[in-house]
Amino acid sequence: MNSAGASALSQGCAGCEVCGLVVRLPVPAGAASCPRCGERLHSRRPASIERTWALTIAALLLYIPANLLPVMTTNTPLGAVSDTIMQGVVELWSPTSWPLAIVVFVASVTIPLGKLIALAYLLLTVQRGSVRSNEQRVRLYRLLKFIGRWSMLDVFVDTFVVALIQLQPLMWVEPGAGVIYFAAVVVVTMVAVNSFDPRLIWDLPQQEKQAHG
Amino acid sequence: MAEQHDAQQHSEVPLAQVTARKRGRLSAVWIIPIIAALLGGWIAVQKLLAEGPTIEISFSSAEGLEAGKTTVKYNGVDVGRIDSLKVSPDRQRILASVQMAPETRDWLVDGTAFWIVRARIAGGSVSGLGTLLSGSYIGMQIGSGSERLRSFTALEVPPVVASTAQGRYFRLQASNLGSLDFGTPIYFRRLQVGQVASYALDEDGRGLTIRVFVNAPYDRYVKAETRFWQASGLDFSLDADGLDVRTQSLTSILIGGLAFDTPPENADADPAAVDTVFKLFDDQLTAMKAPERGSLQYVLYFDESVRGLAVGAPMTFLGMPIGEVVSVRLDAKRQKKDVAIRARVLVAAYPQRFLDMMADPQVLTAGRTAITPEMRHELMNRLVARGLRAQLQTGSLLTGQLYVALTYIPTASPASIDWRSDPPVFPAVKGSFTDIEARLTSILTKIEGMPLAAIGKDLQQSLAALAKTLQDVDALVRRWDGELSPELAKTLAEGRRTLAAAERTFDGAGKALAPDSQTMSELQATIVEVRRAAQSIRVLADYLERHPEALLRGKSEETQE
Repeated sequence: MNSAGASALSQGCAGCEVCGLVVRLPVPAGAASCPRCGERLHSRRPASIERTWALTIAALLLYIPANLLPVMTTNTPLGAVSDTIMQGVVELWSPTSWPLAIVVFVASVTIPLGKLIALAYLLLTVQRGSVRSNEQRVRLYRLLKFIGRWSMLDVFVDTFVVALIQLQPLMWVEPGAGVIYFAAVVVVTMVAVNSFDPRLIWDLPQQEKQAHG
Repeated sequence: MAEQHDAQQHSEVPLAQVTARKRGRLSAVWIIPIIAALLGGWIAVQKLLAEGPTIEISFSSAEGLEAGKTTVKYNGVDVGRIDSLKVSPDRQRILASVQMAPETRDWLVDGTAFWIVRARIAGGSVSGLGTLLSGSYIGMQIGSGSERLRSFTALEVPPVVASTAQGRYFRLQASNLGSLDFGTPIYFRRLQVGQVASYALDEDGRGLTIRVFVNAPYDRYVKAETRFWQASGLDFSLDADGLDVRTQSLTSILIGGLAFDTPPENADADPAAVDTVFKLFDDQLTAMKAPERGSLQYVLYFDESVRGLAVGAPMTFLGMPIGEVVSVRLDAKRQKKDVAIRARVLVAAYPQRFLDMMADPQVLTAGRTAITPEMRHELMNRLVARGLRAQLQTGSLLTGQLYVALTYIPTASPASIDWRSDPPVFPAVKGSFTDIEARLTSILTKIEGMPLAAIGKDLQQSLAALAKTLQDVDALVRRWDGELSPELAKTLAEGRRTLAAAERTFDGAGKALAPDSQTMSELQATIVEVRRAAQSIRVLADYLERHPEALLRGKSEETQE
């Protein structure tokens, strides 16, 4: 036994993910539900890797139009100016507002892309049955879960600006199609992170250790 | 129950309930990436469909242009946007890569023009004021060619005439541009009917070709014989005819303009073809008279100064203009060993104009519309035989401008036209003004010859004597003053009294003679009586004259009848 203790799976048990009740699974492996709350039980979330992959790929696909399409169109008597996320960052990049440019860049470009890369990394390592640095990977997973709710910054800015700046006909701001794709990226990524079963990270190493033991 | 019991025996952990397996083989979650891919693909397809051709426009300067911002507008509608700006490899031009809208695919043909629209004040109109705020944009005009092009050269100035405008282009040959510019209006009877479309210096640099556009209903008034002239601003001319001021409309005074008209005799001709070349005249007068048909040239030789005789100065026949001076030169003539240099004036006479001035040209033409050369020779010879001579006369003493006058000079020595030389030489005499000058000179010479000094001395002596006489007169006057003045004063006082008395008398008489006074009415009655008496006496006298015997015999019965 290592410090992590024996997994429930190895003992023929499973924990309910809603109420936390630990139950023994029926001997012929099949679908089971929690006797206390009725939640369906699985030792590991079914098709977790497959689902996460699908969502990650979907998010990656959505990420392309999110960055290519304008997120905001500013109309003034001097003409209409449409900006994509990157153009907004470039525009903010000036001696006075460069910290803001960094914030927008990190929140809107680095984090969504980083999340997708991190998810892909977790999935690949789990599929390949890697045994190394599983604690770090778990930490990465927690970070992904935590950070998910904060990556809507651009969407928030957009909605506020569009709602506030409506001084027609002098100046008004219209949302661009890009913001919908961006919101979709964030939502799909969050769902992907949730559909990933972190228990898979330490499944293989334990099996290996048991096999060795 | 047995199972449950068995489970409890196995462990204290409760056993899970068994439910039916529902999961399919392929997770439904794969729909999400498919939807995402479809959405992305749809956007991409839409973007590709919305993408028109990319063209390259070459500008001399990219001033006011901005990559990603500046748009291409056709009649105010956005049809493209500048993607990027770069300097051409030879660093002479700016190449703009422009993303055009898909519907412009068929518009990008040979003849399509692009230009930068900026605020512009020209041709009496202000255009592109909106660009002061919104920045410049690229204007577009669709050409009529069929060959599709991908690279264009922008026009330096926007085309003045829209490609859809109905009308015709004509070309004008001018010696200088005057105050013309793109869009300068063209007037026909002071109505604006067109504008200057473009101008270019001729290859040899000797003149300009101005391209003008005359709008549709008015272009048919441009005939082959139509004359164009500069109606630019104010046109002052001070020549042998005096001061002349000509203007068109107020707009043309400010910005210049062109005007055209057709001489009345050609007004019914067919309209001129497109791109007919016309000469541009400096003013209306020269334009309307210039290319006279069948001008005849004569040479005049003058032995006097021709200063003030300008090319274009009129030639008059008894004061009516029938021609003009073509050139003024010097001419040397060798006679044996002597050389004579005189002024050679080439004049052009317009026989048609001469005929037009005739009240009845039939007398000269003998029923025909034009004079034949033989008839003209005979006519001219006769006129010269009667004393017709060319003479320089002063048109204006103020400017000293000369003109050529054909006048009868009865005292002129006999002369004839030299028809053998080409052009024929018309006999000329010394001008009247130069004659006066010569006479004045001779008078001055005589004055110069006078013994002015001696006269002056005599005059001085006379003046001294006069001064003495004046002194004597002065003394006399003083004496008078001392001796006669008191007497005079007394006499004057008496005189005044006498006048007062007279005034009173007249006053009384005036009252007596007032129309309503009794004296007056009595006087009138008396006068009436006297008139009657006089009448009776006249009757008596008449009777007595006829019947003197009545004085002795009294009135006879017969005579009373």
